[in-house]
Amino acid sequence: MTALSSGAAVPLARALTLRRARDIALQWAAAVLLLAAWEGASRAHLVHPFLLPPLDEVVARLVEEVTSGLFFVNAGLTLYRAVTGFAIAALIGVPVGIFIARGGIAKWFFDPLVSIGLPMPKISFLPVFMLWFGLFDLSKIVMVAFASIFTIVAAAEAGTAGVDKFLAWSARSLGARPAEIFFQIMLPAALPHILTGLQVALPIALITAVASEILMGGTGLGGAMLQSGRYADSVGVFAGIIETAAVGMLAVTAMTRARRRLLAWHAESDRA
Amino acid sequence: MTLLARYAPLLLLLGLWEASSRLGLVSTQMLPPFSDVAVAFAGLIGDGDLLANAVASLWRALLGFSGAVIVGTLLGAGMALSRTVRLAFNPVVQFFYPLPKSALIPLVLIWFGLGDASKVVLIFLGCLLPNILGTYNGITGIDQSLVWSARSLGAKRFAIIFGVMLPAAMPQILVGLRTAIAFAFLLMVTSELVIARDGLGYLIGRLGDSGVYPAMFAVIIAVTILGFAADRGFLMLTNFLLRWRE
Repeated sequence: MTALSSGAAVPLARALTLRRARDIALQWAAAVLLLAAWEGASRAHLVHPFLLPPLDEVVARLVEEVTSGLFFVNAGLTLYRAVTGFAIAALIGVPVGIFIARGGIAKWFFDPLVSIGLPMPKISFLPVFMLWFGLFDLSKIVMVAFASIFTIVAAAEAGTAGVDKFLAWSARSLGARPAEIFFQIMLPAALPHILTGLQVALPIALITAVASEILMGGTGLGGAMLQSGRYADSVGVFAGIIETAAVGMLAVTAMTRARRRLLAWHAESDRA
Repeated sequence: MTLLARYAPLLLLLGLWEASSRLGLVSTQMLPPFSDVAVAFAGLIGDGDLLANAVASLWRALLGFSGAVIVGTLLGAGMALSRTVRLAFNPVVQFFYPLPKSALIPLVLIWFGLGDASKVVLIFLGCLLPNILGTYNGITGIDQSLVWSARSLGAKRFAIIFGVMLPAAMPQILVGLRTAIAFAFLLMVTSELVIARDGLGYLIGRLGDSGVYPAMFAVIIAVTILGFAADRGFLMLTNFLLRWRE
């Protein structure tokens, strides 16, 4: 505040850096305090070590699973199922959403289906997919695709329908062909909304992949946790949660990066 | 009548379903005819199985969801209004935000066992984050001149929070609630499929394991209808609560 009133640019910048440094320090302090409370509570036997295993044991397990490569096998399997299902949903969902936005019979047919499919708990179809596609990767991938496609369709539809019509009209009056209008005007203009839909759908894909592994087994991060839970290995469960969070963070960050790349030309990128 | 016209595509699909399994295009083992599913549905309603399990499920969802609304709104408001609260809780929120919530199922089983508590806590944790984020985004996004005007008119801090900030943040809070409802249903069914003695997810699993597929499809349809009805009901509530806008 004093820096602000002095009106000089350099002290203000320094004050802001100081403030940011203090904020970051405070957040780290909060996180460390929490972890220390965890370790202390289980060391002092305030909580039964089965319910809350000591932090150092969990960390030791994490190190062991990373160095032995087990983590990469499980994370790879979960990511393979989640990303394949997500990609299928995106490849089908985005064109379908764009197609619906054109109105007519496609809108008449798909709109009610999407409005029912969007809020329903899609995981309840897992037993059906197990019946149809067996107990291995295929049923899990279909489950992930089914769970994430409705969000993608709805976002692509809303994005395309919301594009400023004057953009398309101007292009047409300047002599652009329909294909040019679509790929150079409509698609880029709808892209922010489509990407938002994909950003919402990716965590859904991960949740569904982990959930179907927990329900069906078959290794992967969810399957490994199911196993640990069955053998009353709570250290394994805690390590599994941290591993799953790491994979989730990786996926979410990758998606944010991709958005920034794809929308480098867009006004929203100037804000950061 | 307009409702019928609007959902005609659905009837078309149901007709297609019935025809394809009646005509033997798909095996009735894989896809029982819709009419069989409808009969099974009526049977489940008749013997009270569906109602009892639906009540058990919805009770868990409601408890976990309500807890998350109270705690999430308070925490989100606290994080928006106080730097200390924000900095203290930010690491936890950052950790839980990308975590696929279904990964918490083995944990709540260890902590709370096989009864209702494990499912309620799971639904609570899953619904918490959308509520925190909705409230936080809503309050930080308020037009500050609203707060300044209220303050210059002599409003106390308490009155500003409940009279100005919460109503102004309401649209965002309600978006968070809608996401939370979807999570509540997802986690309810998932956790009941994993381990439970009653509930709709348990019923789906049990009927599937014993090969009673028409009844299994009937329960899945019931879950779909419940999820749809909850979402529609919430949209109506949203329109009612926000009727002061425009």
